[in-house]
Amino acid sequence: MDHNAEGYWKATLALIWKVMIVWFLVSLGAGILFAPMLNNIHLGGYPLGFWFAQQGSIYVFIACIFYYAKKMGEIDREFDVHEE
Amino acid sequence: MDNLTLLTYLFVGASFALYIGIAIWARAGSTKDFYVAGGGVHPVTNGIATAADWMSAASFISMAGLIANMGYGGGLFLMGWTGGYVILALLLAPYLRKFGKFTVPQFIGDRFYSSSASTVAVICLLVASITYVIGQMTGVGVTFSRFLGVSNEMGIYIGMGIVFAYAVFGGMKGITYTQVAQYAVLISAYTVPAVFISLTLTGMPLPQLGLGSNLAGTDVALLERLNQVVTDLGFNEYTTSVPGSTLNMFVYTVSLMIGTAGLPHVIIRFFTVPKVADARSSAGWALVFIAILYTTAPAVAAMAKYNLHATVNHAAATGGDVFAPEASLVYEERPDWMKRWERTGLLRWEDKNGDGRIQYYGPNAGAKAEAAGWKGNELTVNADIMVLANPEIALLPNWVIALVAAGGVAAALSTAAGLLLAISSAVSHDLVKNVFVPDMSEKGELMTGKISMAIAILFAGWLGLNPPGFAAGTVALAFGIAASSLFPAIMMGIFSKKMNKEGAIAGMIAGLSVTLFYVFAHKGIFFVPGTAFTDLIGGPNSFFGITPEAFGTVGAIVNFTVAVIVLAITKPAPDHIQHMVDSVRVPRGAKAVDGTHAH
Repeated sequence: MDHNAEGYWKATLALIWKVMIVWFLVSLGAGILFAPMLNNIHLGGYPLGFWFAQQGSIYVFIACIFYYAKKMGEIDREFDVHEE
Repeated sequence: MDNLTLLTYLFVGASFALYIGIAIWARAGSTKDFYVAGGGVHPVTNGIATAADWMSAASFISMAGLIANMGYGGGLFLMGWTGGYVILALLLAPYLRKFGKFTVPQFIGDRFYSSSASTVAVICLLVASITYVIGQMTGVGVTFSRFLGVSNEMGIYIGMGIVFAYAVFGGMKGITYTQVAQYAVLISAYTVPAVFISLTLTGMPLPQLGLGSNLAGTDVALLERLNQVVTDLGFNEYTTSVPGSTLNMFVYTVSLMIGTAGLPHVIIRFFTVPKVADARSSAGWALVFIAILYTTAPAVAAMAKYNLHATVNHAAATGGDVFAPEASLVYEERPDWMKRWERTGLLRWEDKNGDGRIQYYGPNAGAKAEAAGWKGNELTVNADIMVLANPEIALLPNWVIALVAAGGVAAALSTAAGLLLAISSAVSHDLVKNVFVPDMSEKGELMTGKISMAIAILFAGWLGLNPPGFAAGTVALAFGIAASSLFPAIMMGIFSKKMNKEGAIAGMIAGLSVTLFYVFAHKGIFFVPGTAFTDLIGGPNSFFGITPEAFGTVGAIVNFTVAVIVLAITKPAPDHIQHMVDSVRVPRGAKAVDGTHAH
């Protein structure tokens, strides 16, 4: 593997980790593990933990994918491996 | 024929005419058309088609009811079935698209340089997809019989005929464009009643906001009132009730997430876009279109549950004493929709205390219920009612009810077609072409694909007509299989260059076996009643309280562990395979998808 490919894969993995941490925190974290605690806070009529489990996590997932797609496009160009 | 039946025939008939029209327009002329819709589908179009592919009869008809019953814990379906798309977008879809072949078993076969690996993958795919398709065919039958008054069987025959028209002649191309139309039908059928109901209850047209709003004309939040009503009546508190334990909810959610990412009928949709970058964004678009339904569902669930309680217990709506004798609804004064759904058997009443009133309450009501002279819960409500009868409960016009019927059929047909394509392409491409007739011509393979599709439809129809007794439990099994066998194999194929065929095959077999073992222990060997062996494993849910539906996560961990151990004692993948993984990891050089086998 040449130097460029190694750097590209490292940058890709770093981005994947970053996004997966957010993915974990909003769903399995805020939606399940910390939900009882978060339910003491209210978002309008929603207890916050319940909101993350049934609404919020899904919105964040969408943001996660589009953020990832955009950043990957930047990494592709930075390492000059993007599609023509 | 009354007005409602006429409208229903009109809506369902018009949607069918649309699907057939698309079938005539989008015929498949090559294997590339048949397997990947020509490979030039726009990422947004593919996102819509993926959403329709994904949202099944279960999502449309059953999910809101499940959430209504489970309360907060129902969020595991919402998070599991959407969170999987993040995994799919980050870990699988772009790389599989770069690999550029027609099917999932072909990736596994080429990456692990082994026909055995490919064959194991075909078996996992067939088991997962066939169990899944049974639910769709029964869903078509159920929707037809409930809304159009035709028999279950007739409904399945009609459904088979429609799918035949566009899936056999159009393959992936026909399916993709029909799914776009089916998405439009199913999403309007789902959201229109939800908007009306949210508006009536909370004055807020967006159900996603309505669920977090106050009840119209009061300063009490909808969820707060619902919590009050259900706990008064002896059910678990709505916004906090957890299925089993927190650990079980956690692993159940993870199982659904990785199962979603590993389901072949979803993965192959990402082979239809032109570029690797499109595969990434297309997963985002798919989730946008899925989220419209999935964020509406919890509102439908809570509002329908509240409406149901308010209907059968007057005090539920006003905040009075729910145990007062006059609060319970007099059976003879029940609304028309209850009468209609009683006839289908989805709603049942038994006057246990002989007072002619309906007492609907939960197991924790205890002394209060006894003091009120109640002799047990009298109303049995099938969860599917929450969606199917929703427009009637909210007194919506007949055309909305007709629309819901067309939506239910669209949801079932679009998912069935996607599954059938995954099944038939695995058979024609990975078994017939790869294993038995490697020198088959393009034309011959296209014909084989169409014949496999026709046989798959007949087989699925037969299963729908003669559903094995376990039909309800099978969809969960499909996720367990995808999570424990396919997902780890694909992921290791991309993220571990050294992973070899011995490790991958041993991992898939171990993951699948341990999952099936646990499921069969609870549900019977191959679901044959009476063959369950829960005692042998120390009672139900004996593995840390994990239910069989949630066990895919454990299977996946076993798969990864076994694969890594086997890799450590065998030779790593040969150099040319490691180079192949290197090339899969970068987008440049992505070619149009084709079907050439590497070995």
